[in-house]
Amino acid sequence: MEWKFRSDLPIYSQLVDQIKLGIVSGSLLPGERLMSVRDMATEAGVNPNTMQRALQELERDGMVYSQRTAGRFVTENMQVIEREKKKLAEEQIRSFLEAMKKLGYRQEEIPALLKEKEEKENGDS
Amino acid sequence: MAILECRDLSKRFGSVQALDTVSLKIEPGRVVGLLGPNGSGKTTLLKLANGLLTPTGGEILIGGEAPGSATHAAVSYLPDKPYLAEWMKVRQLLDFFSDFYADFDRDKATEMLLRLNIDENMRIKEMSKGTREKAQLILVMSRRAMLYLLDEPIGGVDPATRDYILDTIIRNYNPEAAVVISTHLIADVEQVLDDVIFINQGKIVLQSSVDAIREEHGMSVDQYFREVFRC
Repeated sequence: MEWKFRSDLPIYSQLVDQIKLGIVSGSLLPGERLMSVRDMATEAGVNPNTMQRALQELERDGMVYSQRTAGRFVTENMQVIEREKKKLAEEQIRSFLEAMKKLGYRQEEIPALLKEKEEKENGDS
Repeated sequence: MAILECRDLSKRFGSVQALDTVSLKIEPGRVVGLLGPNGSGKTTLLKLANGLLTPTGGEILIGGEAPGSATHAAVSYLPDKPYLAEWMKVRQLLDFFSDFYADFDRDKATEMLLRLNIDENMRIKEMSKGTREKAQLILVMSRRAMLYLLDEPIGGVDPATRDYILDTIIRNYNPEAAVVISTHLIADVEQVLDDVIFINQGKIVLQSSVDAIREEHGMSVDQYFREVFRC
């Protein structure tokens, strides 16, 4: 996985988000075994305790589960994955709408803009 | 039990109060950044932990004991200045560390030297400043110590080596041991730290976890440091 960090957010929550995104987008597959905490921490270049904290939060959310001896795995529960996917989509939409509001658009104007953009892109290709 | 504990620790050099009633605890399994401007007391604190200096007030304890031969065996210290004998070859230094420290892992050191292209037949005096620093750090990190005290470990090395060193610190992570890194290159080390201690004019200004600072202030530790110590 590729890891990127912003400076204005806690590192652990960014780890949670990036692993979630990996699961939702399918770069981490349902039932896939995760690397050890230390290897994941080394790959991401972060403190192992921080990685551990992120994985514990993902466990609480049901996105990953651990088996005592075998390690940690991505959930196979597609409902949980779909739920997270929807949540992430809602966050994207919220920040998009906020940005558009800042530009001075009203919400009812936005669908027309999206349509226009879509048509233009189809025309281009 | 805390691996490193200071209770009202003070150190005075003549009229200069280098450390002023410092109290802190560092627990096993933590990687701690000791951050402060030049002359804030970072090096003095690390020297006190090694018994190279004696306190003028209060006390400093390593695993509950005052610095002495027992604690030296458990503490791996990287000083801020070159300290290896210049005439020695890397191989002789490996022998020396093997003889001197029961916890020295020679295979690990050899592997790291190879990885950073440092020839074991090279003498310290033949090395560039950066290579010297790398060699010193490899020796220090190849001990299986309870407490690593690294005084400016990444100051003089190139960015690729810096990454390798930070990688080594992560890979080396041991839940029983603690690592203290003194530096002013905060942005580079921030991601590998659990906690930070801000020190200024011999006093502890702040002790917090990295993510608590980011959460509370919405900025990195590096940005927050610049704000706190704005000149």
